[in-house]
Amino acid sequence: MSDRWSRFRKSYLFYSFKRDPIAIACFSIFIFLVVISFAAPIVAPYNPYDTTTIDIMDSELPPAWMEEGNENFWLGTDIQGRDLYSTMLYGLRTSVIIGIFAVIFQAFVGIVVGLISGYFGGRIDAFLMRITDIQFSIPYLIVAIIASAVFKIAFGANRFEELAIPLLVIIIGMSEWPKYARTVRASVLGEKSKEYVEAARVIGLNNRLIMFRHILPNTLTPVLVISTIQVAQAVMSEAALSFLGLGMPVTKPSLGSLINLGFEYVFSGSWWITLFPGLLLVTFVLVILLLGDWLRDVLNPKLYKG
Amino acid sequence: MFAFTIRRIIQAILVMLVISFIGFAVQYSIGDPVRDMVGIRVSAAEREALREKLGLNDSFWIQYSRFVRNATRGDLGTSYFYSKPALQVILQKAPATLELVFVTAMIIVLVSLPVGIYTAINPKKLFSKITMGISTVGVSFPVFLTAIGLIYLFAVELHWLPSYGRGATVNIGGWETGFLTKDGLLHLILPSIALSSIMLPLFIRLIRAEMMEVLETEYIKYAWAKGLSRRRVWLLHAFKNTLLPVVTVFGVEIGILFAFTILTETVFQWQGMGFMFYEAVERSDTALLVAYLVVIGVIFVLINTLVDILYGLINPMVRIAGTK
Amino acid sequence: MGHLLEVKDLKVTFALRFGDLTAIDGVSFTLDRKEKLGLVGESGAGKSVTGFSIINLISKPGFISEGKVIFEGLELQSLSDKDIRSIRGNRISMIFQDPMMTLNPVLTIGTQMIETVMAHKKVSKKEAAEIALEKLNKVYIPSPEKRLQQYPHECSGGMRQRIVIAIALLTDPSLIIADEPTTALDVTIQAGIMDLLIELCNTENMGLILITHDLAVVSQVTEKIAVMYAGKIIETGPTDLIVKKPRHPYTKGLIKSLPGAQQPGETLNQIPGMMPTLTDIPKGCAFHPRCEIHESVCTTKIPILQEAGQKDHLAACHLLHKTLEETNGAQSTPEQDN
Repeated sequence: MSDRWSRFRKSYLFYSFKRDPIAIACFSIFIFLVVISFAAPIVAPYNPYDTTTIDIMDSELPPAWMEEGNENFWLGTDIQGRDLYSTMLYGLRTSVIIGIFAVIFQAFVGIVVGLISGYFGGRIDAFLMRITDIQFSIPYLIVAIIASAVFKIAFGANRFEELAIPLLVIIIGMSEWPKYARTVRASVLGEKSKEYVEAARVIGLNNRLIMFRHILPNTLTPVLVISTIQVAQAVMSEAALSFLGLGMPVTKPSLGSLINLGFEYVFSGSWWITLFPGLLLVTFVLVILLLGDWLRDVLNPKLYKG
Repeated sequence: MFAFTIRRIIQAILVMLVISFIGFAVQYSIGDPVRDMVGIRVSAAEREALREKLGLNDSFWIQYSRFVRNATRGDLGTSYFYSKPALQVILQKAPATLELVFVTAMIIVLVSLPVGIYTAINPKKLFSKITMGISTVGVSFPVFLTAIGLIYLFAVELHWLPSYGRGATVNIGGWETGFLTKDGLLHLILPSIALSSIMLPLFIRLIRAEMMEVLETEYIKYAWAKGLSRRRVWLLHAFKNTLLPVVTVFGVEIGILFAFTILTETVFQWQGMGFMFYEAVERSDTALLVAYLVVIGVIFVLINTLVDILYGLINPMVRIAGTK
Repeated sequence: MGHLLEVKDLKVTFALRFGDLTAIDGVSFTLDRKEKLGLVGESGAGKSVTGFSIINLISKPGFISEGKVIFEGLELQSLSDKDIRSIRGNRISMIFQDPMMTLNPVLTIGTQMIETVMAHKKVSKKEAAEIALEKLNKVYIPSPEKRLQQYPHECSGGMRQRIVIAIALLTDPSLIIADEPTTALDVTIQAGIMDLLIELCNTENMGLILITHDLAVVSQVTEKIAVMYAGKIIETGPTDLIVKKPRHPYTKGLIKSLPGAQQPGETLNQIPGMMPTLTDIPKGCAFHPRCEIHESVCTTKIPILQEAGQKDHLAACHLLHKTLEETNGAQSTPEQDN
């Protein structure tokens, strides 16, 4: 373990990281946000899921520094009287969980399809790539929105709300996997022609072993770079779906559904219910995107353009 | 060009078949055409008779082929809520969405081209640096947040612009247009700015990057060596080469704009297809939802095909390869 | 009026983040009409930069920091942007290395020719097209009317280079700068293009600067040669003197490494080592780490160009007395071959 750590410390990745203040700042903010969101039950002053602590009399309180603010709720409260700061932390946790699992899901599907397609070639490849072509010709957000609409009607609103997290993971994963498939296929095609694969075949290793033990590790750099950007994308998609009422319910808010909730009250002047979750969402997405840009510049993989 | 066009058409048909299949699968598994037609206060026996009459007890594939046949004749089922053919409902809503997307596309083209070119030519100017900074941050702003921000600032606080709806429209041959009244145009401003805000950062960055790459090429250096004016080198020699990759991306992104109209129209209660879709989901109006899927599929396929042909027109290499 | 072109103590600097970098250091030469000068050196020696600095078209962040470029009595380095544009492509034409890359792929050949004429002459589009046709005829292009409608990718490499030469002729310039004009072409058509270029220089009364790494080519077609190394001219003079009696050890090495300087079956000679990059040019004579005969003075003092035996033959070497003997000794071999 310490051996790996010291090797990492000498790597080019770590060297470039140390010299790039923006990367350091983004990474620190990212880690900070992830930690406080997962520590929400400990860090947050209130539990927004616990209805007994909520008092409807506290609803729509502005932030503490404003005239009508209450010092118990430093970012104010939402329309149900929940502490906005606590709700945001819990909401961020939901967004992060959905984002990460959606990316794991889509990466898994995409990598498997890409590996099979690139390794076997021929008809399987043509068939699988045709499918990705067709899915690419429909914007991912339309796929996600229609899929969640169908699920919502099929399951009924109540059941959908109960199953929201796993369903969103599947929906967002389904709408984005072709990107991985294309990228992995491209790097498999590059790797396949190299000598070590030929050598592995000659000594009689079976296909699955060659694919997963030999080719897969070499396609991981582009996968890592895409994954950072895809996490940001997934968090954005989740927010968009929740905003449309097709994602997380108001009782188990994510950042998107909090913004949706606040939107109705913007006209009556309660801007903070929308603004603070919005800023948190933008900050979170921005630091991930900047980290992704930085990773891409440093690792410089051949990415599928599109 | 002929073989190329045939190939594009075959691909377009294939995509439409897949979309219609998904649409039908949705309809088949969650839709209830009987309810859509007669409502819920009808006896079970009457329903069953109607099911038989409508062929709803036939096998999946027979029903699917009927669905496709009907679809090619423009029959996409009946909307439960509107009690009208679904296609008719969509076509009524389409002008609002098309006008919104058109104005947005115009904003994107008119802003991103000059700004992208300027920042590519003068990367060190303060304006370029500020623009690049804003566009980096802009990418991470979700469209609904931008839309809410615009409403809060310009409608709620400043009272300069209307916050929702299309305003006064004029009906020309069945097309409800908001272009011809001042009220209609005012109502267009905020939604189109919000919608363009998602694509603008992307396009400015894309055009800048492509243009900077082109400016480094030998043929641009040669154009300078020929003593051509800056205008001609930048706006003809460099720009025309920048355009090729940009046009392709533009086609794809216009398609994505339609996806984002669902969000934008919802925020602004813009009476277009996107808002209709949102309402159809709320009302479990399956037929309308499926019809929307098919119509939006047709729009994507049309845009993609048009862009490919346009690309062929600008790029002499495709044009020649096709004629040979 | 003096020479057609006079380059005096030209110094080109690249302003980089970590400091200034001198790419061209004190280059001087002259050229008259009908005269052909070969600018020879390895890649990175600064020969292309020298060519581009004549029309003040150095890629950023490079600029002419010292010296003069006097062309037809005008000091080009101090002309305004607009004035230098009326020289570029008009009085001085350039021919680039790779004809596949120099013509704009999305514009027709006609457009690219007509725009050049119209940028410099007050003529109608139709008259410009006629000039274009006339020049295409001059470079022996069959059915030139058809070519005008075509895009560059419809023509072969040799054809494109002929078109580029025709474009260079459009405004009847008095100087052509050709940067490796045949290097990117097939060996079989190189000679044809070079012959065409030389023939046109003679008939059209133009001066030619031929930039190349190929000493064999320049020795056949130019009257004068300037050999560049690490941003400086290290030897210059009439072609036959440079080829037969080179005095600088580097030039000697170049000539020895030409195929044909050995007997068949012998391995080709090569100069050991590599040319230094601009960031770490050795102290003293830049060539000394690769020089077989260098002495201690070479590692400290920068040699300047000085007369090397004959009139107009200059070389920058501290050890010219040593190289003279060697030249006389080694001279017999190439002469026997001829």
